[in-house]
Amino acid sequence: MKTVSSLLDKEWHARYSRISKLNIRSSIYDVTNRCNLRCKGCFFFSSGEHQAAPEENDISQWEAFIDKEKARGVNLAILIGGEPTLCLDRVEAFYRRLPTFCATNGLIKVPRERFPDMMVGISVWGDEEDEKILRGKDTFSISRKNYAGDPYTYYLYTITPKQIGKTEAVIRKIRDVGLKVHMQLLSNDEGVNGFSWSVQELADIRKEMDAMLDTYADTVISSKYYHEIITSGKMMERSFGWLECPSVTDALDNRQPQPKRLTNFIRWASDLKTMHRCCTSETRDCSTCKDGAAHMSWVMVNKRAHMRSTQDLQNWIQVYEMFAKLYQFIPW
Amino acid sequence: MSKAIDIEKIILRVAEIMIDELKLEDVTPQTFNPDMDLVDEVGIDSMDLATVALVLRDEYGIRIDEDDYPKLTTIRLISAYIKNKLSA
Ligand code: SF4
Ligand code: SF4
Repeated sequence: MKTVSSLLDKEWHARYSRISKLNIRSSIYDVTNRCNLRCKGCFFFSSGEHQAAPEENDISQWEAFIDKEKARGVNLAILIGGEPTLCLDRVEAFYRRLPTFCATNGLIKVPRERFPDMMVGISVWGDEEDEKILRGKDTFSISRKNYAGDPYTYYLYTITPKQIGKTEAVIRKIRDVGLKVHMQLLSNDEGVNGFSWSVQELADIRKEMDAMLDTYADTVISSKYYHEIITSGKMMERSFGWLECPSVTDALDNRQPQPKRLTNFIRWASDLKTMHRCCTSETRDCSTCKDGAAHMSWVMVNKRAHMRSTQDLQNWIQVYEMFAKLYQFIPW
Repeated sequence: MSKAIDIEKIILRVAEIMIDELKLEDVTPQTFNPDMDLVDEVGIDSMDLATVALVLRDEYGIRIDEDDYPKLTTIRLISAYIKNKLSA
């Protein structure tokens, strides 16, 4: 039988041991239905999720709900929206109870005196030109000013096909303000002209992402195996999609046979009662879904499949480390 | 003596269930080291354990609490857990 020790040398084994018992149990929370932007291609608005349920406005309800989530075993709260920073009291209710990650467009700075070490992920969709086309304004410049040098913040760079050949300029700007960056790919939910991926473009961006990781290793939090998986949608001769997706809300998951999946994962709407199908839009076509977290988790939940060879297991370790770094279970 | 035989039997059966349910290759119940760390060495995760726990529940009529998973790191420990529950 192949065992971890038989596949890894001492150094890799130490890296494996650092993550093998982390047992990360995340769930995702829509903090609000509102946003101070209206990006083209934002799944939350394009699929009508902002109208799926009325927001719970009573903060004590949020507090009681989060306590229940904690009791359910959740040890990582991922806050999305709408724009969570529009409701800082709700964000604070999470932060006081659980390791919390807050996604934001970066227009409002999370006050560090209130949230000293909360993990913040700022979305950026490209250079100034693409940001204006897709988001209506150049949010990148504003968020850079807001968060320059913040040790608990990184950029979540959603790369579009138009960014091929231009990612380095964006990554440099991030490096120059002392922040980190993680890359993912746009799923063009609204069919915005010119923003859907062709096979050639996916191959090109994979090469570019690899080069960025090599050149800016101190800034880019990523792994080449993740680049391969997200651009090809393939892992060990299997194809990503509905039958394989690990990020489906537990209570709504009636797939048979059950694939390897995130334990007890739920994505909650902001009424704290309604559950969404998965970590992203219910209307998204799973066969073209490029959701970065779902692809990462796909690798992570399939550890034993990666015990085929030393290289496969090392690939798995690198993706797990990437995830653990992004949510600061291990240091950057 | 009879107690020792019982636990050895359970160990072999748990190993067999694990091999069948998780499709482990190149190992038999007899060659499966019952003291090998299942997470650190065999690479199993909590979903694997949940799968095995369901079969063990049907086989032995016992429930393995999810909160106990972190303690059940080897086949010997799982077998001792089953034995304890059976004699409780
Ligand atoms: S900032 Fe985020 S939530 Fe708001 S519209 Fe853009 S993608 Fe959607
Ligand atoms: S849209 Fe993506 S994340 Fe959602 S279920 Fe489909 S594959 Fe998974």
